[in-house]
Amino acid sequence: MSEISTALVLGAVVVYLIAMVSFAVDISGLGRRAPQRPVRKAANIGMALSWLGVGLHAAGLVLRGLAAGRVPWANMYEFSLTFALVAVLGFLLIQRSRDIRYLGVFVTFLAVAVLYVAFWHLFVEADGVQPILDSYWLIIHVSVAAASTGVFSIAAGASILQLVQHRQSRHVPAAQQPVRVGAAGGAGDAAVESDAVAEPAPPSSFVGRVMAQLPGAESLERFAYRLNAVAFVGWTLTVVAGAIWAEAAWGRPWGWDPKETWSLVIWLIYAAYLHVRATVGWSINRFAWFALIGFVALLANFYIVNVFIPGNHSYSGL
Amino acid sequence: MARYVPEGLKQEGADAPAASEGPRGPALGVRGWLRWGWRQLTSMRVALMLLLLLAVVALPGSFFPQRPQNPEAVAQYLQTNPDLGPFLDRIGMFDVYGSPWFSAVYLLLFISLIGCIVPRTFAHAQAMRTGPSRVPRNFSRFPVRARLRTSAPLSAAVTAAESVLGRGYKRQTTDRDGVVEISAERGYGRETGNLVFHLALVGLLVVTAWGQLVQYRGQAVVVEGDSAVNSAVDYDSFTSGAWFDSGSQEPFRIRLEEFTSRFTDAARPDEFIADVTLTRGDGEVSTARIEPNSPLSVGSARVYLTGNGYAPVITVTDASGEVAFSGPVLFLPQDTAYTSTGVILVPDANRGEPQLGFSGQLYPTALRAEDGTVLGSTFPLPQDPVLILNLWTGDLGLDDGAPQNLFTLDIAGLEQAMDVTADGSEFPLELELAPGDTVELPDGQGAVTFSELRRFAALDVRWDPSVPWMGVFAALAFLGLAASLFMPRRRIWLRIEEGASGTVVHAAALARGDDPGLQRELDRVTGAFGKRRTTAEAKNDE
Repeated sequence: MSEISTALVLGAVVVYLIAMVSFAVDISGLGRRAPQRPVRKAANIGMALSWLGVGLHAAGLVLRGLAAGRVPWANMYEFSLTFALVAVLGFLLIQRSRDIRYLGVFVTFLAVAVLYVAFWHLFVEADGVQPILDSYWLIIHVSVAAASTGVFSIAAGASILQLVQHRQSRHVPAAQQPVRVGAAGGAGDAAVESDAVAEPAPPSSFVGRVMAQLPGAESLERFAYRLNAVAFVGWTLTVVAGAIWAEAAWGRPWGWDPKETWSLVIWLIYAAYLHVRATVGWSINRFAWFALIGFVALLANFYIVNVFIPGNHSYSGL
Repeated sequence: MARYVPEGLKQEGADAPAASEGPRGPALGVRGWLRWGWRQLTSMRVALMLLLLLAVVALPGSFFPQRPQNPEAVAQYLQTNPDLGPFLDRIGMFDVYGSPWFSAVYLLLFISLIGCIVPRTFAHAQAMRTGPSRVPRNFSRFPVRARLRTSAPLSAAVTAAESVLGRGYKRQTTDRDGVVEISAERGYGRETGNLVFHLALVGLLVVTAWGQLVQYRGQAVVVEGDSAVNSAVDYDSFTSGAWFDSGSQEPFRIRLEEFTSRFTDAARPDEFIADVTLTRGDGEVSTARIEPNSPLSVGSARVYLTGNGYAPVITVTDASGEVAFSGPVLFLPQDTAYTSTGVILVPDANRGEPQLGFSGQLYPTALRAEDGTVLGSTFPLPQDPVLILNLWTGDLGLDDGAPQNLFTLDIAGLEQAMDVTADGSEFPLELELAPGDTVELPDGQGAVTFSELRRFAALDVRWDPSVPWMGVFAALAFLGLAASLFMPRRRIWLRIEEGASGTVVHAAALARGDDPGLQRELDRVTGAFGKRRTTAEAKNDE
């Protein structure tokens, strides 16, 4: 069963890779044949492949859990699988209500990269867990952490795109580009659509033409914010659930274990992000930078703290 | 950091000093400066800086070993880094979370938070009492708005509007010369949640500090058949807060009946179970089971299973044939196969002249080379336990009163007993024992017996009355946070008046923060006036 799981996840990597290429072809097509194209064939292929990949990925994860006889997120390999799945699945589900295919390249790239690292550097055989991990809090604490990480990841994609969009918009006359958002804004979805279309003369550069087809920086920022807000609540729950578990397992709710410290630091950075965003008159670029710093800390917490800094969270055996 | 001026605040930053320090010169005075400092501290900009600063100063604690958590690692670090270590120690790098600079940052942050939240709490209470604000004169500055005509008479339109707003909205209806204005607001819970979240964080900090002051924690290592009593003197190590009162120590005794562990074939731990008998202060006796993740609660104290290992029962007789030592000796596991090391100190042997000491290795499942020498342990359970002892004679150094590590032998003043191979070269004498074995010591110095192999369990007893309160405040903070982020705060204004052909309704909506559903909500409200004659005002009609 463990082997089948591995094969399915490998299959998902390959499918995601092809999906990524399809999304890339679609995006570059936006630049070439701009501005109006009724059918985005490559994007549709990318979407179909992403669904296929998610199916393989999920089946692999389920089988992994069955092989180990527990929830499939008890070590770094499985955690990678879980949060990558949440990222891709979240992308696909959001796509059902609004067009975010422009994030396809980022999300599939992230999935491929995360699964690649998981496979070649973090792989461990499916097995039970240490008695200290054998608790129902493993189900709650780690799944919420993985889900939050997945949602933060999609938001990071939007933030990066937002910064690119902003850079592009500098070449466009300033009058057409509202760069700031008031705290009491809330212009609704009607404005979201109008940002993308209201572009009189197509920009001269290739990237400019691509970006002109995508939502404006403000719209991307609002999208990233909504995801970050959800993920932040999830991360809060992760920390709280972790503290409750630590009280039962280690005899204290908080002990400044390196992972605990880093989780708090991530929480503080995203908290700062939310505060910055609630402050009137700041450039939306700054919001994106705060969110991205938080995301980098999140990645460091997983890939660096887990591996290189000894602590109570280390014995998850990678 | 002084140059860290957010773009949007530039103007304010330029105005404020001009107003206070203006042409009249620096006549702020002490109170003025205090007020200025307070305003700075409670400003969002400084709060943000403190928030980020807290993140930064928390980080070193994850890179350097911390004394409260791991004093051995700190000592090790100081030893391997004799140049840098003492400097880092002086600036508090080995106790980051107790250092003055860390405390300063979080205390300032919390003061800033309180200074910001308390006025907001009063303002919010005021706002909830007074209800929705007046209807603005001009709707054109709100992006989400609508104008429509309905054939219904004015009074029917007002009733319809009030019923569609429902009980979710606090509203105020005013009638001025035939123009009815409705101001409605909902989602006060958003700000309530925000305030609850921040106040709960303060609560969390306060109860944590209180818990630190009154708590106690004791660690006891108990061999099967032995007991530990919940009193400071009985523990191997005991720490407590400054306000600790020994009256808060629940009287009880725990006897370890049996320790069981299970491992998979690959030697991965599967189960650790400590079966104990608990005797309470009132004499009530009960049995209980302590496992990882399931501590034993005695009153409000909790007993955790934090470690385990082997304790071979050793009897040493000296040259005169008298029993100089008898009892279980703790051997600490060194690896996943429970290869364990320990020392046996026999100060009473030969009336102290000389004293005997043994340093030993325990292999629960011995792996042997072809010639029979023990190479290591292959499994953590005692399938073929072997104890290898080295013998030392001389002065154990116990009498001078200096504290001694009971798990390593201080070999100053000791001489190791040697053995000779066939070709004449010397090597340390090794005594090999299986359970039940007795081995004679060389030169008639006596004998050592390994009678049985018992298990020991390390138990942590902890009492911290703040833990349930931490749970309460964490839950409040979580709920408050969710409300403050996801509860929409919306204002809807309606101006309803008689028009040339029917009743004209002007509507506008405004949300606090980001609210994607605002337009939908206004559509829902305006939908109450029947089929629309005019569609929502377009953006470009101003």
